[in-house]
Amino acid sequence: MRVEQPYAENGRPIPRRIPLAAPFFDAAREGRLVLQRCPRDGFFFYPRSRCPVCLGDDWRWEAVSGRGTIYSYTVDRVGLDPAQQSQLPLVIAAVELEEGPRMTTRIVGCAPEAVSVGLPVEARFEDLGRETLIHFTPRPA
Amino acid sequence: MGKRAAALVGYTEWAPQRKWDRPMFGMEACAALAAEALADAGIEKSEVDGLVIGGLQESPLFPSLALAEYLGIQSSFNEVVDIGGATSAGMIWRAAAAIEVGVANTVLVLVPSTPAPIEGGADSRKMVMPAYLMGDAWGSPQSQFDIPYGLVAATSSFAMVATRYMSQYGVRPETLAKIAVHERDNAQKNPKAVFRDKPITVEDVLRSPMVCDPIHLLEMVMPCFGGGAVVVTSAERAKKLRHRPVFVSGYGECVTHKTVTYMPDMTVTPAKASADRAFAMAGADRRRIDLASFYDCFTITVLLTIEDAGFAAKGQGGRFVEEHDLRFSGDWPLNTHGGQLGMGQGGSAGGLSHVLDALRQIQGRAGDVQLRKCDLAYVTGVGGLMAANVGLVLEGA
Repeated sequence: MRVEQPYAENGRPIPRRIPLAAPFFDAAREGRLVLQRCPRDGFFFYPRSRCPVCLGDDWRWEAVSGRGTIYSYTVDRVGLDPAQQSQLPLVIAAVELEEGPRMTTRIVGCAPEAVSVGLPVEARFEDLGRETLIHFTPRPA
Repeated sequence: MGKRAAALVGYTEWAPQRKWDRPMFGMEACAALAAEALADAGIEKSEVDGLVIGGLQESPLFPSLALAEYLGIQSSFNEVVDIGGATSAGMIWRAAAAIEVGVANTVLVLVPSTPAPIEGGADSRKMVMPAYLMGDAWGSPQSQFDIPYGLVAATSSFAMVATRYMSQYGVRPETLAKIAVHERDNAQKNPKAVFRDKPITVEDVLRSPMVCDPIHLLEMVMPCFGGGAVVVTSAERAKKLRHRPVFVSGYGECVTHKTVTYMPDMTVTPAKASADRAFAMAGADRRRIDLASFYDCFTITVLLTIEDAGFAAKGQGGRFVEEHDLRFSGDWPLNTHGGQLGMGQGGSAGGLSHVLDALRQIQGRAGDVQLRKCDLAYVTGVGGLMAANVGLVLEGA
């Protein structure tokens, strides 16, 4: 009973946004990164109905820098998701934003060999048609 | 010392297979597993008053009820456990806890992992892994924030854990490979292992294709079909049975996240919390264990469990592996059944294989890999993306 992802024209999976996350996805369409910020516990990711620290619901959307460092990464050389075959080798990463939260992302715009833990990166937006993905690329430290 | 109120007294285990020639529904598999495990224990079905399962694909709604009806059991403890690869170990302590508090006396832990027949007779015998493992339902965070970026499977997630660990502490690829090699050596003595008659060397592991850096193909489990079951009963009842009772004397469980990106610290697994609780409950000294049977979906999983469960200091797991012989004949026997790396991962029953490894060793039924002495074992289960951990201290009566 698996529900298929709606695919972009090139066959890659695109996010299936929920209403709560609309401001995040709408900002990404405009090349901006916005996250929720709890007045007590700071920024959190991914979009949730309540702060994952205090369960408060008085968070607000705020712009963040789009800068961070690579917390960890791997190079998928086989395409564990067959829909990503055209993208190999795929550098999958967890990026830690300057504001604190970590995001699952891809590292683009450099060779896989140039990627390392701790590397400074900044957001790069890729329009996939119906939605925009937020990748990261190396930046000057 | 510890909780010695419940004991494992019988089991069955089906050999993992890539292709399963006789597709059967979950309830059919449960019935066969139950009959075999009860026969091994020497317990009548009429004594069973508890059922622990991990779900039934053909009856996803109220699966415990469907199973009690199908097996003809009036059950006072009905539990469905779903914590990924840690499910089997988690089922064992829940069964023991139910017996300890007195809500049940004899509990069947059933772990079927067979392909179901497909309506219309299509072929379901071959293993096909779905790419998104049901994480793509609308509303799930994964469908919005992980899957579109290519993070869909266990291998890339555990690879990120390994990358972070290597960057922070460093471990030689040869050291991780040694884990796979020694487990494979153990599998040579296991008639049910898919990799029996296929020993490997460190060079083989390092020359095998890189799947997700730094994980090579031979550092990953082979997904298979399979199945297993255990009978858990009270210490009192266990005394009168044919096999040496295996007490569940301590246990712990910890869940911290699901997707690896949100793991609080990628170099520290929930194995620490579960081991600390399990050994404290058992009143056992972890340095005294005769057998470690650790969940081993990847080699890095074993290395981090050795550290976090308290057998080596953080960052010293590599040195520990280098200094010890992990084979059944060695000074620190690990996964004497060959682990899932050597035996194949029989679906959910892959996690149960570690429980059964310990059960056989403690009961003196381990055949060619029998340890000279095995009275105390530590078993782990790992679920999700290094997200759930269960630890079991098992002790011979």
